Amino acid sequence: MSVIIFTELDNGAIKKSSLEAVFYGAELAKLQGTTATVLAIGESSEAELAKAGNFGATKVLHANDARLAVSNIQAYASVLTEAVNADGADTVILAKSSLGDAVAARVAAKLKASIVSNVTALPNLSNGFVVTRSIYTGKAFASVLMKSDKKIIAIKKNAVSPVETDALAKVEVFSPALSDADFGVKLVATHKASSTISLPEADLVVSAGRGLKGPENWGIVEDLANALGAATACSKPVSDLDWRPHHEHVGQTGIKVSPNLYIAAGISGAIQHLAGVNSSKVIVVINKDPEAPFFKAADYGIVGDVFDILPRLTKAVLAAK
Amino acid sequence: MKILVCVTSVPDTTAKISFTDGDTKFNKAGVTYITGPYDDYALSRAVELKEQHGGTVTVLNVGEADAEPVIRKCLAIGADDAIRVNCEATDSYFVATQIANIAAQEKYDLILMGRESIDFNSGVVHGLVAELLGIPSLSPVMKLDIEGSTAKITREIEGGKENLEASLPLVLGCQEPIAEWKIPNMRGIMTARTKPLKVIEPVGEGLTSTDKYELPAPKGACKMILAENAEELITLLKTEAKVL
Ligand SMILES: Cc1cc2nc3c(=O)[nH]c(=O)nc-3n(C[C@H](O)[C@H](O)[C@H](O)COP(=O)(O)OP(=O)(O)OC[C@H]3O[C@@H](n4cnc5c(N)ncnc54)[C@H](O)[C@@H]3O)c2cc1C
Ligand SMILES: Nc1ncnc2c1ncn2[C@@H]1O[C@H](COP(=O)(O)O)[C@@H](O)[C@H]1O
Repeated sequence: MSVIIFTELDNGAIKKSSLEAVFYGAELAKLQGTTATVLAIGESSEAELAKAGNFGATKVLHANDARLAVSNIQAYASVLTEAVNADGADTVILAKSSLGDAVAARVAAKLKASIVSNVTALPNLSNGFVVTRSIYTGKAFASVLMKSDKKIIAIKKNAVSPVETDALAKVEVFSPALSDADFGVKLVATHKASSTISLPEADLVVSAGRGLKGPENWGIVEDLANALGAATACSKPVSDLDWRPHHEHVGQTGIKVSPNLYIAAGISGAIQHLAGVNSSKVIVVINKDPEAPFFKAADYGIVGDVFDILPRLTKAVLAAK
Repeated sequence: MKILVCVTSVPDTTAKISFTDGDTKFNKAGVTYITGPYDDYALSRAVELKEQHGGTVTVLNVGEADAEPVIRKCLAIGADDAIRVNCEATDSYFVATQIANIAAQEKYDLILMGRESIDFNSGVVHGLVAELLGIPSLSPVMKLDIEGSTAKITREIEGGKENLEASLPLVLGCQEPIAEWKIPNMRGIMTARTKPLKVIEPVGEGLTSTDKYELPAPKGACKMILAENAEELITLLKTEAKVL
């Protein structure tokens, strides 16, 4: 009866969101008096993967077949299912992401496991296995009783605050049987912005809306983001107008983010926009209209012109370094 | 080509969310229901593909009778017929089982869904259905073209997109800009009234149950900083909010 954590790698290192999942899984394992095993798929090193121990895992299963180098939903789901069976695991934990969701769903179908996504805290085990999940795009929470023996939990960012130790995990090579049937989808090409900080993973986000007037003005947004080490985001009209790429748009129909800090410049704060950002820890709003609805959802507000305020904030950040 | 589009009936994106019966039930009073925005993209693309390649579009909802206005609207937009599985849909596995049961009998070439429902935002029903049927699923899909029995797909990934090819049948979770949302015209609305809407009963049981709902704690007051002292914000974020 172990807990398995499905992790994602980025250049050989376990992604930050996945490390949160490792910590969540290890805390759950403690509650259940068992151990936490990590599954890592793709190229990495033993030294890198052993760091999962810092977050509470005792063992890492490393599947590193050449065919698994590029993420593949069906193959990854088969590998995870094999790992669950090999380790005798009852619970699978992962960080919510477009790959994670897809893999988790297939594994749930293979194992007839209950699956709950957007989980925001450790389960309550006092009366069955009850998790809290965010619903209605962050506008409410639900307590969900998971009734089956096998359970899959996809956690939202900031569901736990990891405490790191010096412990290292034991890394074992895991060689699953791969089936050709899992490789039917052909990847033709990948187009990826090279250097930017990943928006769903980011702790700090600087976002801007139609108040910026045009794509040529995004320099002041990027300058502040660079000074802070933040990711950039935008409102939906901005991506609809092609001022910014679609994958930067947050809200009801875009990415849902929950960073520690979300700075919104020249965004009115429509309910559909708020739906994507309302679980941020701290929200800062900069808008020239004191009546902008966003101020009601903000922790800090500045009524002012973005073209004046943003460059001054960038200077202040750089001066404080 | 035979296409199945799975749609949810969800509170309007501006709806105020509240609960009744000691926080055990969603309060439907005063709430307008709409087709899930992502499901709307899936339906719009399905109707376009039917116009290009011929075939049929069936809409499927797992839900209670109050979803029928949304289902009729999907028929008005251009679906040929509809199925409703009569039950409360709160468990992803249960919903997926209903969809997969129907799809296993009907052998659709394409099963289109939204990338996620906006009530539960799980983004898992497509993957569950696809695995239950033993076929691939991809999400979120931004572009879809069919050439013979091959689908050419553009999928959004973190920080970009990728191009993929796969053979039908497939399950896809859709998002913009796969198609423009379609608005029903008068003729569509008239014909929708007589298009077949079959109601069937669910099979099996859910693996989870939802016992209690809760609203987030109200936000404290917003601390306003004068524009002339904007730099103070950075200090406050460091020392007070402790996020920098
Ligand atoms: C079904 C549906 C789904 C939607 N999903 C999303 C979604 O996912 N994400 C999303 O963002 N929107 C979404 N929307 C759209 C949403 O309703 C709003 O239209 C949108 O968020 C507005 O974007 P905005 O704030 O950038 O622009 P506007 O509403 O035009 O606001 C611009 C703001 O900038 C301020 N401003 C202007 N000039 C300056 C200046 N010089 N300095 C400072 N402030 C200035 C103005 O006071 C104003 O408040 C959705 C809508 C629908 C119907
Ligand atoms: N009750 C339902 N009836 C029909 N389709 C559904 C239902 N729930 C989810 N779906 C489909 O599955 C997609 C993903 O939903 P979810 O996994 O709940 O985020 C939705 O966009 C719909 O296309």
